[in-house]
Amino acid sequence: MAAGVAAWLPFARAAAIGWMPVANCPMPLAPADKNKRQDELIVLNVSGRRFQTWRTTLERYPDTLLGSTEKEFFFNEDTKEYFFDRDPEVFRCVLNFYRTGKLHYPRYECISAYDDELAFYGILPEIIGDCCYEEYKDRKRENAERLMDDNDSENNQESMPSLSFRQTMWRAFENPHTSTLALVFYYVTGFFIAVSVITNVVETVPCGTVPGSKELPCGERYSVAFFCLDTACVMIFTVEYLLRLFAAPSRYRFIRSVMSIIDVVAIMPYYIGLVMTNNEDVSGAFVTLRVFRVFRIFKFSRHSQGLRILGYTLKSCASELGFLLFSLTMAIIIFATVMFYAEKGSSASKFTSIPASFWYTIVTMTTLGYGDMVPKTIAGKIFGSICSLSGVLVIALPVPVIVSNFSRIYHQNQRADKRRAQKKARLARIRVAKTGSSNAYLHSKRNGLLNEALELMGTPEEEHMGKTTSLIESQHHHLLHCLEKTTNHEFIDEQMFEQNCMESSMQNYPSTRSPSLSSHPGLTTTCCSRRSKKTTHLPNSNLPATRLRSMQELSTIHIQGSEQPSLTTSRSSLNLKADDGLRPNCKTSQITTAIISIPTPPALTPEGEGRPPPASPGSNTNVPAVASNVVKVSAL
Amino acid sequence: MLTLEWESEGLQTVGIVVIICASLKLLHLLGLIDFSEDSVEDELEMATVRHRPEALELLEAQSKFTKKELQILYRGFKNECPSGVVNEDTFKEIYSQFFPQGDSTTYAHFLFNAFDTDHNGAVSFEDFIKGLSILLRGTVQEKLNWAFNLYDINKDGYITKEEMLDIMKAIYDMMGKCTYPVLKEDAPRQHVETFFQKMDKNKDGVVTIDEFIESCQKDENIMRSMQLFENVI
Repeated sequence: MAAGVAAWLPFARAAAIGWMPVANCPMPLAPADKNKRQDELIVLNVSGRRFQTWRTTLERYPDTLLGSTEKEFFFNEDTKEYFFDRDPEVFRCVLNFYRTGKLHYPRYECISAYDDELAFYGILPEIIGDCCYEEYKDRKRENAERLMDDNDSENNQESMPSLSFRQTMWRAFENPHTSTLALVFYYVTGFFIAVSVITNVVETVPCGTVPGSKELPCGERYSVAFFCLDTACVMIFTVEYLLRLFAAPSRYRFIRSVMSIIDVVAIMPYYIGLVMTNNEDVSGAFVTLRVFRVFRIFKFSRHSQGLRILGYTLKSCASELGFLLFSLTMAIIIFATVMFYAEKGSSASKFTSIPASFWYTIVTMTTLGYGDMVPKTIAGKIFGSICSLSGVLVIALPVPVIVSNFSRIYHQNQRADKRRAQKKARLARIRVAKTGSSNAYLHSKRNGLLNEALELMGTPEEEHMGKTTSLIESQHHHLLHCLEKTTNHEFIDEQMFEQNCMESSMQNYPSTRSPSLSSHPGLTTTCCSRRSKKTTHLPNSNLPATRLRSMQELSTIHIQGSEQPSLTTSRSSLNLKADDGLRPNCKTSQITTAIISIPTPPALTPEGEGRPPPASPGSNTNVPAVASNVVKVSAL
Repeated sequence: MLTLEWESEGLQTVGIVVIICASLKLLHLLGLIDFSEDSVEDELEMATVRHRPEALELLEAQSKFTKKELQILYRGFKNECPSGVVNEDTFKEIYSQFFPQGDSTTYAHFLFNAFDTDHNGAVSFEDFIKGLSILLRGTVQEKLNWAFNLYDINKDGYITKEEMLDIMKAIYDMMGKCTYPVLKEDAPRQHVETFFQKMDKNKDGVVTIDEFIESCQKDENIMRSMQLFENVI
């Protein structure tokens, strides 16, 4: 029931008294209005802007946030008002919905922001009024297309290692930029299409005379050469078509698609010609078939985006084109009839019949004006001029529609391309921001350790090194720290990690690889699968010497009392057993401070391997992921 | 030969006439000539009639509502009809929102006539309040009077069987098709017969106001149901 009509319910109930004398049965009891509150004003404070309305206005829609008791969660006792920390502009529309029963969509508002607000207030977007519904749906569709576009391009760029040969081939066909082979294939086919089209054209050019006969077209003079060229092109096209057919994920759908039909039509004439050359009767038909060879030019649409857009535009403007055709036909018939009867009187008139006048009408309406048929009588001239004027109008009407459609689709495509190009920059920026925050954590951790180290050392001054972090930041760092403790692994930044990987891959490649590692493909893939596709490296690599040194610079405190192998004997401790390493590790936990670069042997990996791979002491942690052997550090 | 000449002459005339008409139309479109035709724009002037109700105190004196109740009523009224008056179509539309299953237009028409006491085709806020005041705050006598007025379609002081049948059909129309038990064709007629048996004391085929009030006062059900909607506002 509409909101305003609810106000008329008392009236409808009162009018029911008109039924009473007529009724035969007793009436049911009226529902009692228990807490009959006086209508009160409530104040809604939305980000500082105060809206006031009657309570009953809001209660018209009890299944929304404002109409139900859910708004009590936002009640502010001190100011006795409901406070919402949301956008006041959109709230205006929401409140108007309660007041008038119609939800409007303001054009200047971003569609996703609007959707979010509606979801917050518990209002379904389907009830947007007719006046704004179309706009809303259009914007929503555009947004969805954009998201799908983004997702598609994302999916395309992800490397899917488990594609079958067939799938890789299909991808290569669809997107020639995926590999060099695909690009080569793309250009080769393009070249051959061009060659084939040019051949067809040049075939018909007169090529000079052969002594003893009249002028021949080139096709007949050099028939063998042209035949060879044609054969070569058709071979290539056939091979391409068969390959596409093989690679297509859905063969049935591929066969039905437009491009495949064009392919077939382009190569059919050749084969039919092969079969039928010797039969004179059908040579006429054969000649007609050769016309279809010109369809090879449509194969270029795979190579050109613009052509595809044009085709798509024409398809989407089918109704306008149909209207144009229909109105033209109507006008042609009318004017042809009129011209015929007007010109019937004049002598030697070319307007011998109405169909003959069609030609005049078409030529006049499209403002061609060949002049092979002209009216001679006055009436004919009058109607002829009316015909040409109306022709201009009829043709001019649907053309802007087609143009605007084309422009819209073309710009959409441009935008998609631009977005894809900008996406790389955007992702790079996002990555920088992310590494920024993780670097902040590592940085603050070092500083924090340093601070504590200094405190332990008893340095009276300079308690705080580095800048103080905000409360949120420190809480965040504490959280990350807890995670490290839970998993016994450590965060490390990307450069270090990659250096470690490289180091370990360089070192361990000549040496025998640890058998246990090979049984853990997870370790290898998470570590350096992106950089080097080798599977033979240890995830825990040795620290490069430089890092050790830098660590040493940061702090002068070593773990005391541990039997750790020293930093310098990192290589020899490759064979260090895990247990030995572990014990000192635990001991180190008693000791405060400690640099990150404590050369502890690898801690137990959460997978609980039986025999942990040889540790690399002095390796600082690797991946934030759990799967690698990481040196436990920072005993705190 | 002659026919050909006539044909071309005729076509020439037709052509010239076409040109003259087209140019006249063009001039009219440009606004240089004005044919005296009724244009559609004038009709739109009618719609924006504005009506302001009497002062609040006056209405309070005239009706039996308090100021607050009048305020609430007016707000609802004005929300639905910003121009200040309800015409019959709006009235029917509003009323049909309450009875979605059936067709309430006929009954709404009778109701509209009952509310529109000065018969000017529009129900202003004063008419509205007058009617509601009787229905919600009036004495039983007044209510019965109002009901009689509703049934008496031509306002001649007598309810005939035909009038009653119209009213009954309108009420049954509001029920719609999907009822239990299934609505029979002559249900309204039967109901009218029952009504007349009860109300028509002297069996003269019409019910006068006195007969009506007297019979209603005797009926317990009716008297009780009259009090039903006291607390609507």
